[in-house]
Amino acid sequence: MIDKFVRSMAEAMNGIADGATVLVAGFGDVGSPNALLEGLIEQGATDLTLVVNSAGRVRKPGQPAQGAVARLIEMGRVRKVITSFVRANSVAGEWVKAGRMEAEVVPQGTLAERIRAAGAGIPAFFTPTGADTLVAEGKEVRDYDGRRCILERALPGDVALIDAWMADRWGNLVFRDSGRNFNPIMAMAGRLTIVQTPHVCDLGQIEANGVVTPGIFVDRVLRVPVHEPALPE
Amino acid sequence: MTDTGFRPLGRQGMAARAARDIPEGWYVNLGIGIPTLIADHIPAEREVVIHSENGVLGVGPAPETHKANPWLVNASTHRVSIRPGGSFVHHADSFAMVRGGHLDLCVLGGFQVAENGDLANWAHSATEAGRQIGGAMDLAVGAKQVWVVMEHTTKDAGARILERCTYPLTAARCVTRVYTSLAVLEVTPRGFVVIDMVPGLSFEALQAQSGARLHRA
Repeated sequence: MIDKFVRSMAEAMNGIADGATVLVAGFGDVGSPNALLEGLIEQGATDLTLVVNSAGRVRKPGQPAQGAVARLIEMGRVRKVITSFVRANSVAGEWVKAGRMEAEVVPQGTLAERIRAAGAGIPAFFTPTGADTLVAEGKEVRDYDGRRCILERALPGDVALIDAWMADRWGNLVFRDSGRNFNPIMAMAGRLTIVQTPHVCDLGQIEANGVVTPGIFVDRVLRVPVHEPALPE
Repeated sequence: MTDTGFRPLGRQGMAARAARDIPEGWYVNLGIGIPTLIADHIPAEREVVIHSENGVLGVGPAPETHKANPWLVNASTHRVSIRPGGSFVHHADSFAMVRGGHLDLCVLGGFQVAENGDLANWAHSATEAGRQIGGAMDLAVGAKQVWVVMEHTTKDAGARILERCTYPLTAARCVTRVYTSLAVLEVTPRGFVVIDMVPGLSFEALQAQSGARLHRA
C-alpha cells in the first residue's frame, strides 16, 4: 500500500543534507510551508541554497528577524538565495551587503519557468526577459524572431517544501486560492518533495478532475494545524 | 514660464486618467503602487479582467475587512476578491500569461522612460543593496502594451522623461505610453508624442520639464 503520510516532523525532515538546494514555496505568507521551515531550523542542515520568491521582509530597527527564511539566514545556515526580491533593509539585504551570503536575483517569471523546466526535464531555455539588463550579464545571447534572448538554466531542488490545503495518502494535492502559487511547480522540481497540509482525506475524495498536483510529484506528507496567512506589513 | 492655472494630477488623478483608456475586454496586469489604484476607476459595467502575477485571473475589489479571505491576495500581498469567472493558476502558468504575450496591457510604475521606449523601474544603481526585480522584467517584455504611470519629474525636479535612461533597465524598447502627473505621452518611432496635457499647461512648459524632445500630436 502506498502511504506517503509521515508521523513526525523528524521523519519529514530526515535526510536533508548540508549543502542542499531547498525550494521554498509561497508568496508572502500565503501558501508558505511555515511548519516545515520550522522543522528545517530544528533539523540543523546548513550551507543551504534557498530558492524562494522573496528573501524576507524589511526588518524594523531593533526587532528580531521575522519569518523562518530570515531566521535561517541569521543563523548563518544559508550560503545563497535565488530569489526575485532582496529588500535592502531585510536580514537578507544586510547579509548580502556584508558579503556573508550570495544572492542571485532573477525576474519572477524566469524564476518560475526555471523551476517548471527542472520539473519537466528541460535543462535550459532562451527567453527575452532580462535581455539588455543586468540580469543578462554572463549569459549566452541569441536572436530569435528578431528578439534578443538570453539562456536561462533549469533550477531543480534537492528538496522542495510545499504547503497544500488537502492531501490523500498517494500525495495528490489541492491548494487554496492564491496559496497555489509556486507550490505545484516546486513539487515537480524537487528530488525530495515534502508537503505540509492541514487536511487529509481518503483516496478518491479529491476527484480525479480536481487533482492539481498528482502524487507522482510528492514523496512525504505531514499533517499540520491550519495556519491563517498573516496580513502584510 | 507663463503657466499659472494648471494643477498636476495626484496619484488618484493619474490612475483615473489611465483607467479612461482601458477598453472593455482587455486582460490587464496592474503593477504595485499607483497602477494598482487604476482598478477602482474602471466602471463596474466595463468588463476588464485583472491579472495578478501570483496566480489570480479576474481580481475583484478589496473586500470588507470581516469578509476578507487570507488565502486570496494580489501581487502586493494585499487581500483582494475574485470575480465570478475568475481562476487560480500556479506561478508558471501565471507568467505564461505574461511571457506568452496573452496580456493586452500591463501598467507599471516607473523611475525613468526613454524616448526609444526603454524603461527603468527597479533600481537606482547597479550596486544598491536591495534588489527587487519581482515580475517587472517579465511584464515589460511580455505584455502587448506597456504603459507607465509616474510623476512627470523627480521630487527635486529632475527629468524622468529622457533621451536615455541612466538607471539600470527593466527592459529595452518596451514602453508604448506614459501617463504622468502632467501629460499623456505616446512612444513612437520619432520619440515622445504628446497626446494629452493637464488643462492650463503649455506645450513649452511641459517641454521644459522633460529631458527629451517632445512632439506635438
